[in-house]
Amino acid sequence: MSDVIAPLADKDRIFTNVYGFQDWGIDAAMKRGDWDNTKALLDIGQDEIIERMKASGLRGRGGAGFPTGMKWSFMPKESKDGRPSFLVINADESEPGSCKDREIIRHDPHKLIEGALVAGFAMRARAAYIYIRGEFIYEAKVLFAAVEQAYEKGFLGKNACGSGYDFDVFVHRGAGAYICGEETAQIESLEGKKGQPRLKPPFPAGAGLYGCPTTVNNVESIAVSPTILRRGPEWFSSFGRENNKGTKLFQISGHVNKPCVVEESMGISFKELIDRHCGGIRGGWDNLLAVIPGGSSVPLVPAAQIMDAPMDFDGLKALGSGLGTAAVIVMDKSTDIVRAISRLSYFYKHESCGQCTPCREGTGWMWRVMERLRTGEADIGEIDMLHEVTKQVEGHTICALGDAAAWPIQGLIRHFRPEIERRINENKGSAPVMEAAE
Amino acid sequence: MADAVHIPDEAETRARWGNFAWTADNAEQARKVIARYPAGRQQSAVMPLLDLAQRQVGEETQTQGWLPVPVMEYIADQLEMPYMRVYEVATFYTMYNLAPVGRYHVQVCGTTPCMLRGSDDVFSACKNKGLVKGGTTPDGLFTLTEVECLGACANAPMVQINDDNYEDLTYDSMSAILDDLAAGKQPRIGPQIDRQTSCPEGGPTTLREMVSENHDYRGEW
Amino acid sequence: MPKVKVDGVELEVPAGATVLQACELAGKEIPRFCYHERLSIAGNCRMCLVEVKPGPPKPQASCALPASDGQEIRTDSEMVKKAREGVMEFLLINHPLDCPICDQGGECDLQDQSVAYGRGGSRFEENKRAVTEKYMGPIVKTIMTRCIQCTRCVRFAEEVAGVPEIGAIYRGENMQITTYLEHAAKSELSGNVVDLCPVGALTSKPYAFEARPWELRKTPAIDVMDAVGTNIRLDSRGRQVLRAVPRINDDVNEEWASDKTRHNVDGLVRKRLDKPYVRKDGKLVAATWNEAFAAIAAVKHGGSVAALAGDLLDCETMFAAKLLVQKLGGTMLEGRQTGLAYDVSSLSAVNFNTTLNGIETADAILLVGTNLRWEAPLVNTRIRKAIKKGATIFAIGPQVDLTYKVEWLGNDASLLGKLPEAVVEAFGKAARPAVIVGGGVLAKDGAHGDTLALVETLGLIREGWNGYNVLHFAAARMGGLMLGYAADGGIKAVAAAKPKLLFSLGADEVDYSAFESSFKVYIGHHGDKGAHAADVILPGASYAEKAGTYVNLEGRVQRGEKAVFAPGDAREDWSILRALSEVLGATLPFDSFEQLRAEMAKAVPALGIEGLADYGWSMPKLPTGASGEFSSPIKDFYLTNAICRASPTMQQCSAELIHGESFAEAAE
Repeated sequence: MSDVIAPLADKDRIFTNVYGFQDWGIDAAMKRGDWDNTKALLDIGQDEIIERMKASGLRGRGGAGFPTGMKWSFMPKESKDGRPSFLVINADESEPGSCKDREIIRHDPHKLIEGALVAGFAMRARAAYIYIRGEFIYEAKVLFAAVEQAYEKGFLGKNACGSGYDFDVFVHRGAGAYICGEETAQIESLEGKKGQPRLKPPFPAGAGLYGCPTTVNNVESIAVSPTILRRGPEWFSSFGRENNKGTKLFQISGHVNKPCVVEESMGISFKELIDRHCGGIRGGWDNLLAVIPGGSSVPLVPAAQIMDAPMDFDGLKALGSGLGTAAVIVMDKSTDIVRAISRLSYFYKHESCGQCTPCREGTGWMWRVMERLRTGEADIGEIDMLHEVTKQVEGHTICALGDAAAWPIQGLIRHFRPEIERRINENKGSAPVMEAAE
Repeated sequence: MADAVHIPDEAETRARWGNFAWTADNAEQARKVIARYPAGRQQSAVMPLLDLAQRQVGEETQTQGWLPVPVMEYIADQLEMPYMRVYEVATFYTMYNLAPVGRYHVQVCGTTPCMLRGSDDVFSACKNKGLVKGGTTPDGLFTLTEVECLGACANAPMVQINDDNYEDLTYDSMSAILDDLAAGKQPRIGPQIDRQTSCPEGGPTTLREMVSENHDYRGEW
Repeated sequence: MPKVKVDGVELEVPAGATVLQACELAGKEIPRFCYHERLSIAGNCRMCLVEVKPGPPKPQASCALPASDGQEIRTDSEMVKKAREGVMEFLLINHPLDCPICDQGGECDLQDQSVAYGRGGSRFEENKRAVTEKYMGPIVKTIMTRCIQCTRCVRFAEEVAGVPEIGAIYRGENMQITTYLEHAAKSELSGNVVDLCPVGALTSKPYAFEARPWELRKTPAIDVMDAVGTNIRLDSRGRQVLRAVPRINDDVNEEWASDKTRHNVDGLVRKRLDKPYVRKDGKLVAATWNEAFAAIAAVKHGGSVAALAGDLLDCETMFAAKLLVQKLGGTMLEGRQTGLAYDVSSLSAVNFNTTLNGIETADAILLVGTNLRWEAPLVNTRIRKAIKKGATIFAIGPQVDLTYKVEWLGNDASLLGKLPEAVVEAFGKAARPAVIVGGGVLAKDGAHGDTLALVETLGLIREGWNGYNVLHFAAARMGGLMLGYAADGGIKAVAAAKPKLLFSLGADEVDYSAFESSFKVYIGHHGDKGAHAADVILPGASYAEKAGTYVNLEGRVQRGEKAVFAPGDAREDWSILRALSEVLGATLPFDSFEQLRAEMAKAVPALGIEGLADYGWSMPKLPTGASGEFSSPIKDFYLTNAICRASPTMQQCSAELIHGESFAEAAE
């Protein structure tokens, strides 16, 4: 099924301080290679940086996997009406299962800040706002301090890194709303409003923050960019499979022996990822039930299918799921799978912004039916009805939260329908049922 | 509705908090925050200022803090925003407390990754210490809230208590944390098992050089 | 002009049109809840989903999608049908099944669209959501469980009314629409949210449980609460007007009406004069029409006859009274009840010349001595639109909150003669500069002349543009001026002439102590100030009870129809005057209302043609050099005339919104 992916060598890992064994501060970071003659990176030139990013094959690390270089290229090359451009860096890491940006921010913040300058320069932005989720309190403290360090060194601000380019980086803390991870909701939130996604068009590259051209990028996408430019696009694209290049921070949670965050080659097989870094599945491989391979929004994949699957965009798409943020949630056979998904349904109900009808009304409905399916207090017919409701939500909302709420349920019904039916039947058998009396 | 908060009486709140004003330090901090945004875009500062105000209220009340109506209006006036728009923001985001909370706001993550790793046990530990979801203990010490994913899934289950994360929890470690806090002791922040951040338990499978020295891998490029 | 195909039919649509508009142009009905032509696009209800190619393989919100060349739009596909059914179902799952007790019943978008686009049954087995009511003030009743979160009210409050006091708090399925802390919405336009609400969440509090829409007779009429001439529909049952709602007229009130326009109607059945009265031994006692007429006929006036017109009068009444006065040998007519005596030699110099539509396009506006929010709330909304298009606003006068940013220059009439440099500069740059002169100005000696001087100094007259505006706030004013209800020297001069016989035509704002020696005949509808001072009262008809011609502040001639009959023995004013004229031996030359109208059109041709009257443009030479402060002529927006003073709703609005009394508790 897949090409053989060689193990990633430590020298090819971008986030060398991912566990924070060493100091995050600027001096230590510089010893590790950050801020090393950044001016030379900027001297590559704006258009050429974008070309090289395109050539590296980097696809956005926030979940959707849109090619990063191409996204940058949508920004205007010159301002026709005096409006500045902005880079917004999405550090609102809130997708259940995801915990990679946190490690970048608290342990390798200078990779992100240097990346902000490089990316912001390439897209001709006047400043970057890093939108960090409110609950990352310690992480935000580190980030504020790291930005200050970069200013003190002259890496940011007027004539950043001696490049002649003026660039500011500001940190903006959220306050508890998953939806602010959606790019236009994030922009709304940055403008001091409720985080409710905007209608598109217009797209942010045309009218984003303060009505100005804006690109919203994930933390990881930005933080890897200086290293890609230093080592060359071909270095980055030497990892992974066609269309799925590079290295990636995987976050493994759930029923593995040793949950962790680890940087690996795109396309590493699930089994290898777990065996090499997580000490295997709790109770052994036979005990594996299912995996949510890309964060809560993607459909689960049953054990048999995921085992040898390459962990990348196309590999998981082929299984009807997705790489998402590479947040791998592992569930062994002790899992109450209906409850696990129902809890996600609760999450989406809780996080729906309430703006548009299908999501506001549908997420609550879906969760309530899921809870009844969990206990079996339902009719068999309600499984199909629930599936129809998910289809009524999916594709009918302003933003993708509706889709994200629908997919996990669809995945559950697709793969675990017998389990749901069993609960309903058992419940019917145990409870005095009207039909029986008739 | 579980999520709906009982907002304290307006008249009482106005009587108690009507004279709210920044402390000198926070006034300076507020000025710095507003300066992060372009001129005329001061509305952008509403979230940081609400957070700052909640913290100031927290210091005054020896709790995590909350947002009385006059405090929101104070910020609205400073930012020249309609009160309604500030109120909308304050009610939209979960981190703003619309009613008083206890000294420690125990925010246990209950989302699936934490659930898989035993957040039920963490809730049990809370329950057995007298904490009730959505309520504050009679001594005013703890308010328990079930929160959604806080982004520490590789260290699940976890709890955020005020500003600090406690991770890799068990029933026992959670109980111990609550005991320590009740006794006025500061528990160890971060993983409650022998583990460096999100590194695999027992030591890293990668980048082992980094454990003991600030290794520069560029020589091997 | 992009060409699109809607359900296979190709058509050209205007540039900038949305897909929804394109579909409408193609004659397709697109269901919607959140979309409203006069509000910003929210795109949140998702009811207007259509299929659009090219585009993603999912339905698109047509309200928010620009129509572009080559689009193939389908409104009749299976995908669209399913999408509508789905959205409809979601909207209904938490909507209560209380249509039988809902005031929106019969005129509810949700009802209508669920019949047309719903799936006909519910699959929702869970408990429905309940939401507590929110206090919004004396006008708007809330039943928030019915709310479908379309946010039309939120957008109206912020965008049109300029009072951002309504919002959506919390999020997800807990999202709730409310006023700030459930305080009354402090807006003169709050009633409009009742019309905007597509469901029964916001309904009219004074009209609660009064009627079903299908029981109502609907009569087009013209509002008389101010001089805007809001086009309204009076909904009546039997002899009572139950509500007034705006009709759409883009030239006048667009789709809005002020709260006073909507809710004065409960004053129409209170404190009414329903029989004639004659003063005997200092006391007014009920009389027959014959007794009353005889009492008037007994007055030996010798031609010393005058008429004072009230603010709410139709032109026909004024015209008939004028003829009667003239036939009796009198000459004095006056409508400016409070003593204004400004020059009326050129009606163009006291007209709102930009027109209501035009003021929206002004790019620099100077307000002089006016509180637009109270004198003409629907002119104020036009100013807000001008600002959105980039206009800058300056003002001289007492500082008030007009809901938008105003450069207040101070409150001294002498400023008119020495405008600050910034104003001169802004007007110099402006292409369509305008001045709005309020009632406070006309009250001050020299100030009218000072503002007319601005025509020159600020260059208010341009090609196709006249930026000089006087803002009246009496519905009868412009019609009255066209009919000559303006005596030289104003009402003071009338009083000084000590007319022996004085007709007061619903003139309730007059200081009658100046007319002590006159025999006062009050023809009007409410037992207010005019009736109290009268020697004879002849019960007349209110604006709802007679057809009439009205001229608004921009000189627009409009006609309203009669909705109900006047109560008791009260009669239409013109027929009273006609009958009286016979008794007085000065028979008026018409036997029907139609004949009266024809006579009036003969005398003043402009009054015979609906539409803008042409006053030309000429500037009288007037004294200048005013100084001192302007003061607002309106002390209480909600109580400006006899009808609203009799209205419990207007009294409550006044008590709560102006005098700060709290009624919030009572509502719960």
